[in-house]
Amino acid sequence: MNALSSAPRQRENGAAAGPLPDAAAPAAKQRASGALPPKVKILVRNLSFYYGETLALKNINVALYANKVTAFIGPSGCGKSTLLRVLNRMYDLYPNQRAEGEVILEGENILRSGQDVNLLRARVGMVFQKPTPFPMSIRDNVAFAVGLYEKLPKAVLAERVEEALVQAALWDEVKEKLGAPGLSLSGGQQQRLCIARAVALRPDVILLDEPCSALDPISTAKIEETIDELKENYTIAIVTHNMQQAARVSDHTAFMYLGEIVEFGATTQIFTAPEKERTQNYITGRFG
Amino acid sequence: MRVASEMAIESAESRPAKDQLARVLLGFRLRDTAFRLLALASAWGVLILLGGVIVSLIAGSMPAIKAFGLSFLWTEAWNPVTEQFGAVAPLYGTAMTSLIAMVIAVPSALGIAIFLTELCPYRLRRPVGIAIELLAGIPSIIYGIWGLFVFAPFLQQHIEPPLIAAFANVPVLSSLFSGPPYGIGVLTAGIILAIMVLPIITSISRDVFATVPSILKEAAYGVGCTTWEVVRFIVIPYTRAGLIGAVMLGLGRALGETMAVTFVIGNAHKAGLSLLAPATSISATIANEFTEAVGGLHTSALIELGLILFVITFIIIAFARLLLVRLVRQEGR
Amino acid sequence: MSLYGRRRRRAQLYFGLCYLSVAIGLGWLALILGTLIFEGSRNLSASIFTQMTPPPGSGGGLLNAVAGSAIMTTLGMAIGTPLGLLAGTYLAEYGQHSKLSSVIRFINDILLSAPSIVVGLFIYEVIVVRMGHFSAIAGAAALAVIVIPIVVRTTEDMLLLVPGSLREAASALGLPRVTIIRKIAYRAARAGLITGALLAVARISGETAPLLFTVLNNQFFSINLNGPMASLPAVIFQFALSPYKEWQQLAWTGALIITAAVLALSIAARALHGKGQPR
Repeated sequence: MNALSSAPRQRENGAAAGPLPDAAAPAAKQRASGALPPKVKILVRNLSFYYGETLALKNINVALYANKVTAFIGPSGCGKSTLLRVLNRMYDLYPNQRAEGEVILEGENILRSGQDVNLLRARVGMVFQKPTPFPMSIRDNVAFAVGLYEKLPKAVLAERVEEALVQAALWDEVKEKLGAPGLSLSGGQQQRLCIARAVALRPDVILLDEPCSALDPISTAKIEETIDELKENYTIAIVTHNMQQAARVSDHTAFMYLGEIVEFGATTQIFTAPEKERTQNYITGRFG
Repeated sequence: MRVASEMAIESAESRPAKDQLARVLLGFRLRDTAFRLLALASAWGVLILLGGVIVSLIAGSMPAIKAFGLSFLWTEAWNPVTEQFGAVAPLYGTAMTSLIAMVIAVPSALGIAIFLTELCPYRLRRPVGIAIELLAGIPSIIYGIWGLFVFAPFLQQHIEPPLIAAFANVPVLSSLFSGPPYGIGVLTAGIILAIMVLPIITSISRDVFATVPSILKEAAYGVGCTTWEVVRFIVIPYTRAGLIGAVMLGLGRALGETMAVTFVIGNAHKAGLSLLAPATSISATIANEFTEAVGGLHTSALIELGLILFVITFIIIAFARLLLVRLVRQEGR
Repeated sequence: MSLYGRRRRRAQLYFGLCYLSVAIGLGWLALILGTLIFEGSRNLSASIFTQMTPPPGSGGGLLNAVAGSAIMTTLGMAIGTPLGLLAGTYLAEYGQHSKLSSVIRFINDILLSAPSIVVGLFIYEVIVVRMGHFSAIAGAAALAVIVIPIVVRTTEDMLLLVPGSLREAASALGLPRVTIIRKIAYRAARAGLITGALLAVARISGETAPLLFTVLNNQFFSINLNGPMASLPAVIFQFALSPYKEWQQLAWTGALIITAAVLALSIAARALHGKGQPR
């Protein structure tokens, strides 16, 4: 597994074949202006998802661009969290849930049965809605998974922990008390600890499932700053029910409704000049 | 707007109805109070029951306590003829059989609980869970009779001779496995006890495992843990108190178990080192000798054994319940 | 082997052990039930239920034992269930948060798991010694002492499941507390309460230790509550430990009868409500 090397990486990946309906637009616009076309990190092709017999996601086609933040917005129940949880095959834990279609990460379809799910999840990290620190010390929370995947001498491991906590903007607040239990932190700090935990493994992609919905505005602002800094090294997908947050942090936005992607494009375009009427109605608050 | 005179006329006409209403309300109040007192008295009855048990046990043991004092606890002799009684052999038997039962049952029960919560296909969970609980429903005398007629002869013919031969020359362990293969004895009783205690530990452990929030497990899976690592590093530490409670409840059951042990332990008042030797336990001694006890001192000694057993199980069960109290209350909600 | 490979191997090893535990557990169950059915049904016939327990060396039946068990179980339930029901009602309806209730719940849980032979000793001291002789009343009392904690626990749990909104609606109609509890709460919790009763019956049907020195045993048929009475568990105890072949055979048959009754009751209770024994 070559993803876990010792230096922070810059990833080079080939874009998958085939144009994407709405994704082509921003790429074309950027080419026209002379900038480099954005590389695609994850390509979702014709994805359908079932809870039992109920179809929850209908023929999803979307792309996550490398080192960019992609936001998924839409009213409750539209399937945005469901889509996120397909990307690291979290649904595998539950027998009634299944996915059809393709999710291509670096040329490989991660939905295929031969895919090792644990390795996938080490490459595609997730931060949940509710902060969930493990019942361990702060240091162990961050080091836990790293220690499972790599045999590192103690000093190197400590450096990794510090690096992760710095990236999550939590280092200064906890560097004196790394041995304290993770649960002793405040809500916002716990969530940043969960971000540090995900980042420690040096994943390719970080999935954020409404990371701020349980937090106060100050913690939310801190985390949004962190997301902005993280995208230098990671590809980020964020699900949020807060449109203003999506507008603040993301580069691309997908608007979902009843299990379908209604519109996908550059954030500025979606929020100022949406092409679909339904998008327009949601953004202006006609329904929610 | 009603005029005072109109209201006066109305109340005069409705006075009988008002009286009737007053009577009905009084009846309600009386019945309410009566029922409440009845319920309260029954609730107090539970407390009195426990108090009664303790008091009657102490009263019944008094003659023996006066005769032997504390030395009862370290005397091995048990002779109804000379009226010499000591608790060492029963205490030893109870302790050893329970220890063997715990050593076998705890890992197995945890294994089954892990299987039921993480590994078992969803459709099989209910049937397998019910099957394991059926083991708990089988009355203990059935275990006794099965142990005596089926298990003990099997051990005697196929397991014990090889065990004796295998450990014959090993320095410490040979004394654990010495003596003729009777089939019955401490080891047999311990194994049967393990089977009986297994379902209790399993089902409480299973309930305890179910209290782990699934989002915590998902967080662990989310950083790429294997299923075993999730169990070992997240589920078990999270539920540690509950698991200890489950084990202690199992221990409480093992200590007090009578019929299964009585049939297969051999009923010899000796506290020897060998696991293959016949021995006795507190409850087995009482069960075997009580109805034929001649003389007050014998009976009193047996009751004192019962008192000791009750105190030990009381402490263990109380401790276990304190550990489990939060989980147990959640079950009913 | 790579680190990840070792982790996978370890997971497989431990989970293999888990599968093994389950196989062994289920294996025991199959073994015990299988032997029970095999041995117990060998002389299963109508005569088991029509003849009395025989003297050593001859065939016979278990009628007096079955009758005795039935009588004492019924009596034990008749004494224990109302007391348990009322106490459980107190805990659920009147004293939900009082200190007294916490203590009673705690004590009840201890009685629930206490060794049943101690119960036998208690009844011996309190009833048998007083009366001067063994009797079925004492046996029934011992069984009642075992029934009470079970019924208290299930009653409280089931009553607490009845939604508060139901009680409030009844109160809003002006109904007195008594009626709300008896006609509304009990009725709503009925399935659960019956389940608790069935589980209690299943438990005391198999209990031997508390009967040994309260009601003793009786070779003959007797429905005299004031004297020793036969019971299935006591008969099994005596016959199994004897050297007589016919007696041992009857012991197996009696064991089969008890187990069938207990399992049938447990399954019926589960079908009604779905949860197992209160532990």
